[in-house]
Amino acid sequence: MSKTCEINVTVNGTTHRATVEPRLLLTDFLRHTLGLTGTHVGCEHGVCGACTVLVDGDSARSCLMFAVQADGRNIETVESLGRIGQMNALQESFHEHHALQCGFCTPGMLMTATDLLRKYPLATDDDIRKGLSGNLCRCTGYEHIVKAIRAVVGKGHQRP
Amino acid sequence: MKPPAFDYIAADSIAMAVAALAQGGDDAKIIAGGQSLVPMLNFRMLRPSILVDINRIAGLDVIEETGKAICVGALTRHYQLETSPLIARHLPVLSCAMTHVAHLAIRNRGTIGGSLAHADPAAELPMMALLLDAELHIASAAGQRTVAARDFFLGALTVDLAVGEIITGIVLPKLPPRTGWGFAEVARRHGDFALAAVATTLTVSGGAIEQARIALTGVGPTALRATEAEDLLIGHALEPDRTHRMIDAIRATIAPETDLHASADYRRHLAGVLAGRALVAAWRLADESAA
Repeated sequence: MSKTCEINVTVNGTTHRATVEPRLLLTDFLRHTLGLTGTHVGCEHGVCGACTVLVDGDSARSCLMFAVQADGRNIETVESLGRIGQMNALQESFHEHHALQCGFCTPGMLMTATDLLRKYPLATDDDIRKGLSGNLCRCTGYEHIVKAIRAVVGKGHQRP
Repeated sequence: MKPPAFDYIAADSIAMAVAALAQGGDDAKIIAGGQSLVPMLNFRMLRPSILVDINRIAGLDVIEETGKAICVGALTRHYQLETSPLIARHLPVLSCAMTHVAHLAIRNRGTIGGSLAHADPAAELPMMALLLDAELHIASAAGQRTVAARDFFLGALTVDLAVGEIITGIVLPKLPPRTGWGFAEVARRHGDFALAAVATTLTVSGGAIEQARIALTGVGPTALRATEAEDLLIGHALEPDRTHRMIDAIRATIAPETDLHASADYRRHLAGVLAGRALVAAWRLADESAA
Protein backbone atom coordinates (compact mmCIF):
# COMPACT_ATOMS: atom_id res chain seq x y z
CA MET A 1 0.00 0.00 0.00
CA SER A 2 1.43 3.32 -1.07
CA LYS A 3 0.97 6.61 0.73
CA THR A 4 -2.48 8.07 0.15
CA CYS A 5 -3.04 11.62 -1.07
CA GLU A 6 -5.62 14.28 -0.25
CA ILE A 7 -7.24 15.81 -3.30
CA ASN A 8 -9.77 18.53 -4.06
CA VAL A 9 -11.42 18.01 -7.41
CA THR A 10 -14.24 19.97 -9.00
CA VAL A 11 -16.54 17.64 -10.92
CA ASN A 12 -19.44 19.16 -12.84
CA GLY A 13 -19.27 22.27 -10.70
CA THR A 14 -19.14 20.56 -7.30
CA THR A 15 -15.87 20.39 -5.38
CA HIS A 16 -15.11 17.06 -3.75
CA ARG A 17 -12.46 16.40 -1.13
CA ALA A 18 -11.19 12.83 -1.06
CA THR A 19 -8.31 10.67 0.10
CA VAL A 20 -7.06 8.46 -2.71
CA GLU A 21 -4.41 5.90 -3.42
CA PRO A 22 -2.12 7.32 -6.15
CA ARG A 23 -2.85 4.41 -8.47
CA LEU A 24 -6.61 5.10 -8.49
CA LEU A 25 -7.58 5.88 -12.09
CA LEU A 26 -9.71 8.96 -12.67
CA THR A 27 -12.38 6.71 -14.25
CA ASP A 28 -12.66 4.65 -11.08
CA PHE A 29 -12.72 7.76 -8.92
CA LEU A 30 -15.62 9.16 -10.96
CA ARG A 31 -17.57 5.91 -11.05
CA HIS A 32 -16.83 4.23 -7.73
CA THR A 33 -15.99 7.09 -5.39
CA LEU A 34 -18.43 9.68 -6.73
CA GLY A 35 -21.01 7.30 -8.24
CA LEU A 36 -20.98 9.14 -11.57
CA THR A 37 -21.44 6.10 -13.77
CA GLY A 38 -22.12 8.08 -16.95
CA THR A 39 -18.42 7.82 -17.80
CA HIS A 40 -17.97 4.33 -19.24
CA VAL A 41 -14.95 2.08 -18.98
CA GLY A 42 -14.08 0.08 -22.08
CA CYS A 43 -10.47 -0.84 -22.73
CA GLU A 44 -8.59 0.85 -19.88
CA HIS A 45 -5.65 1.58 -22.14
CA GLY A 46 -6.64 4.63 -24.08
CA VAL A 47 -7.92 3.00 -27.25
CA CYS A 48 -11.73 2.95 -27.15
CA GLY A 49 -12.54 6.50 -26.01
CA ALA A 50 -15.57 5.49 -23.90
CA CYS A 51 -14.13 7.14 -20.78
CA THR A 52 -13.45 10.54 -22.37
CA VAL A 53 -14.11 13.49 -20.04
CA LEU A 54 -13.08 17.16 -20.10
CA VAL A 55 -10.15 18.22 -17.88
CA ASP A 56 -10.00 22.01 -17.55
CA GLY A 57 -12.07 22.10 -20.75
CA ASP A 58 -9.92 19.74 -22.83
CA SER A 59 -11.00 16.21 -23.68
CA ALA A 60 -8.91 13.49 -22.06
CA ARG A 61 -9.06 9.75 -21.48
CA SER A 62 -9.96 9.34 -17.82
CA CYS A 63 -8.43 5.82 -17.87
CA LEU A 64 -5.04 7.38 -18.65
CA MET A 65 -5.09 9.80 -15.75
CA PHE A 66 -4.87 9.24 -12.02
CA ALA A 67 -7.36 10.83 -9.66
CA VAL A 68 -4.45 12.37 -7.78
CA GLN A 69 -3.50 14.26 -10.97
CA ALA A 70 -6.96 15.84 -11.00
CA ASP A 71 -6.23 17.66 -7.74
CA GLY A 72 -7.24 21.29 -8.25
CA ARG A 73 -8.60 20.57 -11.72
CA ASN A 74 -12.05 21.05 -13.17
CA ILE A 75 -13.54 17.83 -14.54
CA GLU A 76 -16.68 17.68 -16.69
CA THR A 77 -18.39 14.37 -17.38
CA VAL A 78 -21.36 13.47 -19.57
CA GLU A 79 -23.62 14.19 -16.58
CA SER A 80 -22.76 17.89 -17.00
CA LEU A 81 -24.25 18.15 -20.48
CA GLY A 82 -27.93 17.88 -19.60
CA ARG A 83 -30.63 15.88 -17.91
CA ILE A 84 -33.55 13.81 -19.08
CA GLY A 85 -36.03 16.32 -20.46
CA GLN A 86 -33.32 18.98 -20.55
CA MET A 87 -30.71 17.66 -22.94
CA ASN A 88 -28.29 20.03 -24.66
CA ALA A 89 -28.26 20.60 -28.42
CA LEU A 90 -25.68 17.89 -29.07
CA GLN A 91 -27.57 15.30 -27.02
CA GLU A 92 -30.83 16.26 -28.73
CA SER A 93 -29.13 15.83 -32.08
CA PHE A 94 -27.87 12.36 -31.10
CA HIS A 95 -31.46 11.52 -30.13
CA GLU A 96 -32.96 12.90 -33.36
CA HIS A 97 -30.45 11.16 -35.61
CA HIS A 98 -30.44 7.78 -33.84
CA ALA A 99 -26.76 8.22 -33.12
CA LEU A 100 -26.74 5.45 -30.53
CA GLN A 101 -27.93 1.94 -30.18
CA CYS A 102 -26.53 0.21 -27.09
CA GLY A 103 -25.23 3.51 -25.73
CA PHE A 104 -21.93 2.23 -24.42
CA CYS A 105 -19.76 4.57 -26.49
CA THR A 106 -22.17 7.52 -26.24
CA PRO A 107 -20.71 9.36 -23.22
CA GLY A 108 -17.26 9.30 -24.83
CA MET A 109 -18.68 10.32 -28.21
CA LEU A 110 -20.53 13.26 -26.64
CA MET A 111 -17.52 14.52 -24.68
CA THR A 112 -15.20 14.10 -27.68
CA ALA A 113 -17.67 15.88 -29.96
CA THR A 114 -18.02 18.69 -27.42
CA ASP A 115 -14.27 19.35 -27.58
CA LEU A 116 -14.13 18.89 -31.39
CA LEU A 117 -16.95 21.42 -31.87
CA ARG A 118 -15.09 23.97 -29.78
CA LYS A 119 -11.72 23.48 -31.48
CA TYR A 120 -12.26 22.63 -35.13
CA PRO A 121 -14.49 24.02 -37.92
CA LEU A 122 -15.52 20.44 -38.91
CA ALA A 123 -16.24 21.71 -42.41
CA THR A 124 -16.64 18.25 -43.93
CA ASP A 125 -17.91 14.84 -42.82
CA ASP A 126 -14.37 13.62 -43.32
CA ASP A 127 -13.19 16.10 -40.68
CA ILE A 128 -15.82 14.76 -38.27
CA ARG A 129 -14.79 11.17 -38.98
CA LYS A 130 -11.13 12.03 -38.38
CA GLY A 131 -12.11 13.70 -35.12
CA LEU A 132 -14.02 10.61 -34.01
CA SER A 133 -11.31 8.16 -35.04
CA GLY A 134 -10.28 7.62 -31.43
CA ASN A 135 -13.76 6.56 -30.29
CA LEU A 136 -15.01 3.08 -31.05
CA CYS A 137 -18.68 2.30 -31.69
CA ARG A 138 -19.70 -1.29 -32.49
CA CYS A 139 -23.39 -0.60 -33.26
CA THR A 140 -23.96 2.34 -35.53
CA GLY A 141 -21.24 2.15 -38.17
CA TYR A 142 -20.68 5.81 -37.18
CA GLU A 143 -22.98 7.08 -39.94
CA HIS A 144 -25.64 8.48 -37.60
CA ILE A 145 -23.09 9.86 -35.16
CA VAL A 146 -21.48 11.84 -37.99
CA LYS A 147 -24.95 13.08 -39.04
CA ALA A 148 -25.80 14.14 -35.50
CA ILE A 149 -22.61 16.18 -35.19
CA ARG A 150 -22.99 17.56 -38.70
CA ALA A 151 -26.47 18.83 -37.75
CA VAL A 152 -25.08 20.71 -34.76
CA VAL A 153 -22.40 22.31 -36.96
CA GLY A 154 -24.86 23.01 -39.78
CA LYS A 155 -27.74 24.46 -37.77
CA GLY A 156 -25.41 27.00 -36.27
CA HIS A 157 -26.60 25.95 -32.84
CA GLN A 158 -24.67 27.66 -30.18
CA ARG A 159 -21.76 25.29 -29.91
CA PRO A 160 -21.41 23.57 -26.56
CA MET B 1 -5.93 -3.75 -15.93
CA LYS B 2 -5.22 -1.64 -12.87
CA PRO B 3 -1.75 -0.26 -12.25
CA PRO B 4 0.39 -1.62 -9.42
CA ALA B 5 0.77 0.58 -6.35
CA PHE B 6 3.30 3.40 -6.45
CA ASP B 7 4.20 6.49 -4.47
CA TYR B 8 3.38 9.78 -6.10
CA ILE B 9 5.48 12.93 -6.08
CA ALA B 10 4.11 16.09 -7.73
CA ALA B 11 7.20 18.09 -8.66
CA ASP B 12 6.80 21.87 -8.92
CA SER B 13 10.22 22.52 -10.45
CA ILE B 14 12.84 20.75 -12.56
CA ALA B 15 15.14 20.84 -9.51
CA MET B 16 12.56 18.98 -7.43
CA ALA B 17 11.90 16.49 -10.25
CA VAL B 18 15.57 15.60 -10.78
CA ALA B 19 16.16 15.36 -7.02
CA ALA B 20 13.27 12.89 -6.75
CA LEU B 21 14.60 10.93 -9.74
CA ALA B 22 18.11 10.83 -8.26
CA GLN B 23 16.71 9.50 -4.99
CA GLY B 24 14.40 6.98 -6.66
CA GLY B 25 16.99 5.63 -9.09
CA ASP B 26 15.74 2.73 -11.21
CA ASP B 27 12.44 2.61 -9.32
CA ALA B 28 11.37 6.13 -10.28
CA LYS B 29 9.63 7.13 -13.52
CA ILE B 30 8.53 10.50 -14.81
CA ILE B 31 4.87 10.91 -15.69
CA ALA B 32 4.07 13.74 -18.09
CA GLY B 33 1.04 13.27 -20.38
CA GLY B 34 0.90 9.60 -19.44
CA GLN B 35 -0.55 8.60 -22.81
CA SER B 36 2.03 5.85 -23.35
CA LEU B 37 3.08 5.29 -19.74
CA VAL B 38 -0.34 4.70 -18.17
CA PRO B 39 -1.35 1.94 -20.63
CA MET B 40 1.97 0.23 -19.78
CA LEU B 41 1.18 0.63 -16.07
CA ASN B 42 -2.39 -0.64 -16.55
CA PHE B 43 -1.04 -3.70 -18.36
CA ARG B 44 1.64 -4.01 -15.64
CA MET B 45 4.38 -4.04 -18.25
CA LEU B 46 6.06 -1.46 -15.99
CA ARG B 47 6.10 -1.42 -12.20
CA PRO B 48 7.85 1.73 -11.01
CA SER B 49 7.53 2.26 -7.26
CA ILE B 50 7.66 6.04 -7.59
CA LEU B 51 5.99 8.29 -10.16
CA VAL B 52 7.32 11.83 -10.43
CA ASP B 53 4.60 14.00 -11.95
CA ILE B 54 5.95 16.98 -13.91
CA ASN B 55 2.56 18.33 -15.03
CA ARG B 56 2.61 21.11 -12.44
CA ILE B 57 6.02 22.55 -13.33
CA ALA B 58 5.32 26.14 -14.39
CA GLY B 59 6.87 27.40 -17.61
CA LEU B 60 7.75 23.96 -18.96
CA ASP B 61 5.11 24.18 -21.71
CA VAL B 62 6.26 27.37 -23.39
CA ILE B 63 6.91 27.76 -27.13
CA GLU B 64 9.18 30.72 -27.81
CA GLU B 65 11.23 32.30 -30.56
CA THR B 66 14.95 32.89 -30.02
CA GLY B 67 16.54 34.42 -33.11
CA LYS B 68 17.03 31.59 -35.58
CA ALA B 69 15.26 28.88 -33.59
CA ILE B 70 12.06 27.95 -31.81
CA CYS B 71 12.38 26.56 -28.29
CA VAL B 72 9.67 24.19 -27.13
CA GLY B 73 9.32 23.20 -23.48
CA ALA B 74 9.13 19.47 -22.77
CA LEU B 75 5.64 19.68 -21.27
CA THR B 76 4.15 21.28 -24.40
CA ARG B 77 1.14 19.24 -25.50
CA HIS B 78 0.80 17.97 -29.05
CA TYR B 79 -2.32 20.10 -29.48
CA GLN B 80 -0.37 23.24 -28.46
CA LEU B 81 2.25 22.48 -31.09
CA GLU B 82 -0.44 21.75 -33.70
CA THR B 83 -2.11 25.14 -33.14
CA SER B 84 0.86 27.39 -32.26
CA PRO B 85 1.08 30.44 -34.56
CA LEU B 86 4.87 30.52 -34.07
CA ILE B 87 5.18 26.93 -35.28
CA ALA B 88 2.79 27.61 -38.18
CA ARG B 89 4.93 30.56 -39.27
CA HIS B 90 8.40 29.07 -38.91
CA LEU B 91 7.92 25.29 -38.99
CA PRO B 92 4.67 24.62 -40.88
CA VAL B 93 5.74 21.03 -41.60
CA LEU B 94 5.58 20.41 -37.86
CA SER B 95 2.07 21.88 -37.52
CA CYS B 96 0.98 19.50 -40.28
CA ALA B 97 2.68 16.49 -38.70
CA MET B 98 0.99 17.12 -35.36
CA THR B 99 -2.48 16.74 -36.86
CA HIS B 100 -1.54 13.11 -37.55
CA VAL B 101 -0.64 12.36 -33.94
CA ALA B 102 -3.29 10.13 -32.38
CA HIS B 103 -6.64 11.69 -31.46
CA LEU B 104 -7.61 15.03 -29.95
CA ALA B 105 -8.00 13.63 -26.42
CA ILE B 106 -4.48 12.17 -26.68
CA ARG B 107 -3.04 15.33 -28.26
CA ASN B 108 -4.52 17.39 -25.43
CA ARG B 109 -2.52 15.42 -22.85
CA GLY B 110 0.49 13.91 -24.62
CA THR B 111 3.69 15.93 -24.37
CA ILE B 112 6.58 16.39 -26.77
CA GLY B 113 9.13 15.42 -24.11
CA GLY B 114 7.18 12.25 -23.38
CA SER B 115 6.88 11.27 -27.04
CA LEU B 116 10.61 11.79 -27.65
CA ALA B 117 11.62 9.87 -24.51
CA HIS B 118 9.23 7.01 -25.34
CA ALA B 119 10.50 6.83 -28.97
CA ASP B 120 7.85 4.60 -30.46
CA PRO B 121 9.17 3.31 -33.82
CA ALA B 122 6.07 4.60 -35.64
CA ALA B 123 5.55 7.93 -33.84
CA GLU B 124 5.68 11.23 -35.72
CA LEU B 125 7.61 13.39 -33.28
CA PRO B 126 10.96 11.52 -33.33
CA MET B 127 10.84 11.74 -37.14
CA MET B 128 10.17 15.47 -36.94
CA ALA B 129 13.01 16.00 -34.46
CA LEU B 130 15.37 14.23 -36.88
CA LEU B 131 14.03 16.07 -39.91
CA LEU B 132 14.38 19.49 -38.29
CA ASP B 133 17.85 18.84 -36.77
CA ALA B 134 16.48 19.38 -33.28
CA GLU B 135 18.65 19.66 -30.22
CA LEU B 136 17.35 18.17 -26.98
CA HIS B 137 18.01 19.74 -23.60
CA ILE B 138 18.39 17.24 -20.80
CA ALA B 139 18.74 17.79 -17.05
CA SER B 140 19.68 15.60 -14.10
CA ALA B 141 20.82 16.15 -10.53
CA ALA B 142 24.38 16.21 -11.95
CA GLY B 143 23.70 19.11 -14.33
CA GLN B 144 22.56 19.78 -17.85
CA ARG B 145 23.57 18.59 -21.29
CA THR B 146 22.37 18.87 -24.85
CA VAL B 147 22.20 16.12 -27.45
CA ALA B 148 21.42 16.27 -31.16
CA ALA B 149 18.30 14.36 -32.22
CA ARG B 150 20.44 12.32 -34.65
CA ASP B 151 22.39 10.93 -31.67
CA PHE B 152 19.40 10.49 -29.38
CA PHE B 153 17.36 7.62 -30.84
CA LEU B 154 19.22 4.36 -30.26
CA GLY B 155 16.62 1.67 -30.95
CA ALA B 156 12.96 0.79 -30.52
CA LEU B 157 11.79 2.53 -27.33
CA THR B 158 15.45 3.18 -26.51
CA VAL B 159 17.05 6.63 -26.29
CA ASP B 160 20.15 8.29 -24.93
CA LEU B 161 18.57 9.11 -21.58
CA ALA B 162 20.16 7.77 -18.40
CA VAL B 163 18.43 6.95 -15.12
CA GLY B 164 17.78 10.24 -13.36
CA GLU B 165 17.67 12.34 -16.54
CA ILE B 166 14.74 14.33 -17.88
CA ILE B 167 14.18 16.11 -21.18
CA THR B 168 13.47 19.77 -20.43
CA GLY B 169 12.95 21.06 -23.96
CA ILE B 170 13.95 21.00 -27.59
CA VAL B 171 15.38 23.64 -29.89
CA LEU B 172 14.27 23.58 -33.52
CA PRO B 173 16.04 25.77 -36.10
CA LYS B 174 13.50 27.71 -38.21
CA LEU B 175 13.12 26.66 -41.84
CA PRO B 176 15.51 28.64 -44.04
CA PRO B 177 14.12 30.99 -46.73
CA ARG B 178 13.09 29.44 -50.09
CA THR B 179 12.21 26.22 -48.36
CA GLY B 180 9.25 24.01 -49.19
CA TRP B 181 8.01 21.10 -47.15
CA GLY B 182 5.99 17.94 -47.55
CA PHE B 183 4.41 15.40 -45.25
CA ALA B 184 2.73 12.13 -46.21
CA GLU B 185 1.47 9.33 -43.99
CA VAL B 186 -0.61 6.19 -44.29
CA ALA B 187 -2.27 4.67 -41.22
CA ARG B 188 -5.13 2.21 -40.93
CA ARG B 189 -7.33 4.85 -39.32
CA HIS B 190 -6.58 8.54 -38.97
CA GLY B 191 -4.57 8.96 -35.78
CA ASP B 192 -3.31 5.40 -35.61
CA PHE B 193 0.41 4.82 -35.61
CA ALA B 194 1.86 5.24 -39.10
CA LEU B 195 2.34 2.19 -41.31
CA ALA B 196 4.84 4.55 -42.89
CA ALA B 197 5.26 8.31 -42.94
CA VAL B 198 7.69 10.66 -44.65
CA ALA B 199 8.49 14.30 -43.91
CA THR B 200 10.75 16.46 -46.00
CA THR B 201 12.08 19.96 -46.52
CA LEU B 202 13.71 21.24 -49.70
CA THR B 203 15.63 24.50 -49.89
CA VAL B 204 15.88 25.64 -53.48
CA SER B 205 18.16 28.22 -55.05
CA GLY B 206 18.25 29.17 -58.74
CA GLY B 207 16.10 26.17 -59.72
CA ALA B 208 18.29 23.61 -57.95
CA ILE B 209 18.03 21.93 -54.58
CA GLU B 210 20.50 23.41 -52.13
CA GLN B 211 19.50 21.46 -49.04
CA ALA B 212 17.32 18.35 -48.82
CA ARG B 213 16.10 16.71 -45.64
CA ILE B 214 14.06 13.50 -45.72
CA ALA B 215 12.94 11.67 -42.58
CA LEU B 216 10.85 8.52 -42.22
CA THR B 217 9.02 6.70 -39.45
CA GLY B 218 7.31 3.33 -39.13
CA VAL B 219 9.89 1.60 -41.32
CA GLY B 220 12.47 0.44 -38.77
CA PRO B 221 13.27 0.34 -35.07
CA THR B 222 13.68 4.12 -34.98
CA ALA B 223 12.76 7.05 -37.15
CA LEU B 224 15.57 7.83 -39.55
CA ARG B 225 17.02 10.31 -42.04
CA ALA B 226 17.47 9.06 -45.61
CA THR B 227 20.86 10.71 -46.12
CA GLU B 228 21.76 8.86 -49.33
CA ALA B 229 18.51 9.92 -50.93
CA GLU B 230 19.09 13.48 -49.71
CA ASP B 231 22.55 13.56 -51.34
CA LEU B 232 21.07 12.46 -54.67
CA LEU B 233 18.97 15.62 -54.77
CA ILE B 234 21.60 18.25 -54.03
CA GLY B 235 22.32 20.51 -57.00
CA HIS B 236 19.41 19.18 -59.08
CA ALA B 237 15.86 20.11 -59.94
CA LEU B 238 13.17 17.66 -58.84
CA GLU B 239 12.48 16.01 -62.18
CA PRO B 240 10.65 12.68 -62.51
CA ASP B 241 13.83 10.72 -63.18
CA ARG B 242 15.52 12.23 -60.12
CA THR B 243 12.42 11.46 -58.00
CA HIS B 244 12.50 7.83 -59.08
CA ARG B 245 16.18 7.48 -58.22
CA MET B 246 15.50 9.05 -54.85
CA ILE B 247 12.61 6.61 -54.23
CA ASP B 248 14.85 3.66 -55.14
CA ALA B 249 17.52 4.94 -52.75
CA ILE B 250 14.99 5.15 -49.93
CA ARG B 251 13.68 1.64 -50.56
CA ALA B 252 17.25 0.34 -50.54
CA THR B 253 18.09 2.14 -47.29
CA ILE B 254 15.25 1.02 -45.05
CA ALA B 255 14.68 -2.36 -43.41
CA PRO B 256 11.07 -2.42 -42.26
CA GLU B 257 9.62 -5.41 -40.44
CA THR B 258 6.51 -7.46 -40.99
CA ASP B 259 3.95 -7.21 -38.22
CA LEU B 260 0.24 -7.57 -37.63
CA HIS B 261 -0.50 -4.36 -39.54
CA ALA B 262 1.60 -4.64 -42.70
CA SER B 263 4.29 -6.70 -44.39
CA ALA B 264 7.86 -5.51 -44.77
CA ASP B 265 7.45 -5.42 -48.57
CA TYR B 266 4.33 -3.31 -48.33
CA ARG B 267 6.01 -0.86 -45.96
CA ARG B 268 9.06 -0.57 -48.22
CA HIS B 269 6.86 0.08 -51.24
CA LEU B 270 4.71 2.55 -49.32
CA ALA B 271 7.71 4.49 -47.99
CA GLY B 272 8.81 5.12 -51.58
CA VAL B 273 5.37 6.23 -52.70
CA LEU B 274 4.99 8.59 -49.73
CA ALA B 275 8.50 10.00 -50.23
CA GLY B 276 7.61 10.80 -53.84
CA ARG B 277 4.44 12.61 -52.78
CA ALA B 278 6.14 14.53 -49.98
CA LEU B 279 9.04 15.59 -52.22
CA VAL B 280 6.76 16.82 -55.00
CA ALA B 281 4.73 18.84 -52.49
CA ALA B 282 7.92 20.32 -51.02
CA TRP B 283 9.29 21.21 -54.44
CA ARG B 284 6.07 23.04 -55.36
CA LEU B 285 6.05 25.02 -52.12
CA ALA B 286 9.73 25.91 -52.51
CA ASP B 287 8.97 27.09 -56.04
CA GLU B 288 6.11 29.28 -54.78
CA SER B 289 8.22 30.78 -52.02
CA ALA B 290 10.95 31.62 -54.55
CA ALA B 291 8.45 33.33 -56.86
